[in-house]
Amino acid sequence: MRYGSTEVLRDVTLRVHHGEVVCLLGPNGAGKTTTLEILEGFRMRSAGRVEVLGTDPAHADERWRARIGVVLQSWRDHGRWRVRELLTHLGRYYAPYSSGEISRPWDADELIAAVGLTPHAQKKVRMLSGGQRRRLDVAIGLVGRPELLFLDEPTAGLDPVARREFHELVEGLAAQRHTTIVLTTHDLSEAEKLANRIMVLDGGRIIADGTAADLARRIAGEDQVRWTLEGRRHEHTTTESTRFVRELFERHGDGISDLEVRRASLEDTYLTLVRRAESGESTDAHAAESDNESYEVVR
Amino acid sequence: MSPTMSALRAGWSSGLIELRQSLTNAGDLLNHFLWPVLMLLVTYFVRDVSFGDTGFDLGTLVLPSILGMNSAMAMITMSQLLTMEREDGTLLRAKATPNGVAGYLTGKIVFVTLGLIVDLAIFLIPGLLIVPGLSIGSADAWLTLLWVLALGLIATLPIGAVLGSAFTSTRSQGLIMMPMMAMIASSGIFYPVSSLPDWVQVIAQIFPVYWLGLGMRSALLPDSAVAVEIGESWRHLETVAVLGAWAVLGLAIAPFVLRRMARRESGSTVAERREKALQRVG
Repeated sequence: MRYGSTEVLRDVTLRVHHGEVVCLLGPNGAGKTTTLEILEGFRMRSAGRVEVLGTDPAHADERWRARIGVVLQSWRDHGRWRVRELLTHLGRYYAPYSSGEISRPWDADELIAAVGLTPHAQKKVRMLSGGQRRRLDVAIGLVGRPELLFLDEPTAGLDPVARREFHELVEGLAAQRHTTIVLTTHDLSEAEKLANRIMVLDGGRIIADGTAADLARRIAGEDQVRWTLEGRRHEHTTTESTRFVRELFERHGDGISDLEVRRASLEDTYLTLVRRAESGESTDAHAAESDNESYEVVR
Repeated sequence: MSPTMSALRAGWSSGLIELRQSLTNAGDLLNHFLWPVLMLLVTYFVRDVSFGDTGFDLGTLVLPSILGMNSAMAMITMSQLLTMEREDGTLLRAKATPNGVAGYLTGKIVFVTLGLIVDLAIFLIPGLLIVPGLSIGSADAWLTLLWVLALGLIATLPIGAVLGSAFTSTRSQGLIMMPMMAMIASSGIFYPVSSLPDWVQVIAQIFPVYWLGLGMRSALLPDSAVAVEIGESWRHLETVAVLGAWAVLGLAIAPFVLRRMARRESGSTVAERREKALQRVG
């Protein structure tokens, strides 16, 4: 994917399975939104292969569009509409796309209840608070009962309460396993909380891919070991804390006290990764498989 | 029902909903009334000014002309709406919805057309009380008014949509008013075009505003008023030909331009415009 002559994404290979919650994590400018826009069919790629629900989004039709839900970073549209009115209206576009398994659209009142907006159903959209507006955006993304939902930085700008509520909403959706969710965030704890799988994107390439635990293990994060010996405090950073501690005891035995081992947190891992990627070192987390991007989101 | 049909119906109802919103909103109501009331004032002040030795009061000539001009203004409304709603993400929302862009455009056409009819009524009804000498008793007059209005909208709305796609921000959109004013000034709305210099007459006859004015005058003025017009004729055939040509041109370009505009919309383009707009404020 290029903007002018600057390549912004390369070697991005990802595969998302039905019912998964996948998180694209990365610092600002890493290429998260670009990746999402290519998957949503809103942006053309310069090279590579993309398949979403069995179709190339660049040539997808309205039937494909009806199976996708999109929640963008910020939306200010339809400010004069009332919440219920807008959801009922947008739902009408999905009605012809009901299939045997999925009846579209989602009933407006049920949907409003599902996102916790029932007390505000008759409010004008522009009167909603930031968190409420975000819930409405998610509701609009869901109104067609999508098989695949894209969320771009869904909690950016939300206060902690609204963020917590939003997480519960996504967790509830994920638990039903009907909807595959691909979301972007630059907030690590959010990724850890919501996603089955995390992909770390930096400088336009995927530098890691796996569950939170996988990532922590594969990147060989550095654990911190602290102990006291002969009244003096010591500290050591190592990727193999277990062996280090065993050797410590073999050497000093009972002389060791106040032992403390702090496992590398996902945050440390993430920072290590991004730092390494930015300094140009190769990481062992991802082996480039092609010269181009290749995405596949399967049902 | 086919998906396209149901999108068009959804678009139709969104047009009605937005009209209702517009008519129950203080700011919008002010807009609906401001222009017609200004025009009523103009009409009121020229109602007794006689035009040359034709025996017609300027007010009588001006009232139908203003109707024609106001109809042409729907083009500007269309253009502004498209630019504004591209900026706030409404269009992107439509793009994210199956058949949403078709429904969106239907909604805009319905909204602009019905809104225009409301505005015309706000001007015309009191206008008829101020200005004497109009021939409004026959069904013929109203039929002519209707087809001129309909043809005028088909000629101007697609052009409005094309203009709306061309502007990148609501701010630059303001520039559109300059050529529009020039067009109105040269189109014989406030003073019969036949008494303007020849070269102005030539320019006036290129654009839809003149023909809309002429068509409306042919509908509402008594037959003897034709003496004021170019060639002393209502020139219905020419009206259909010129407005028809604009319609064909607009309808030929608009789908292409609109599709191109819609294709370019994405979350980041909307965010970019938003940031630019914020920078201007700050």
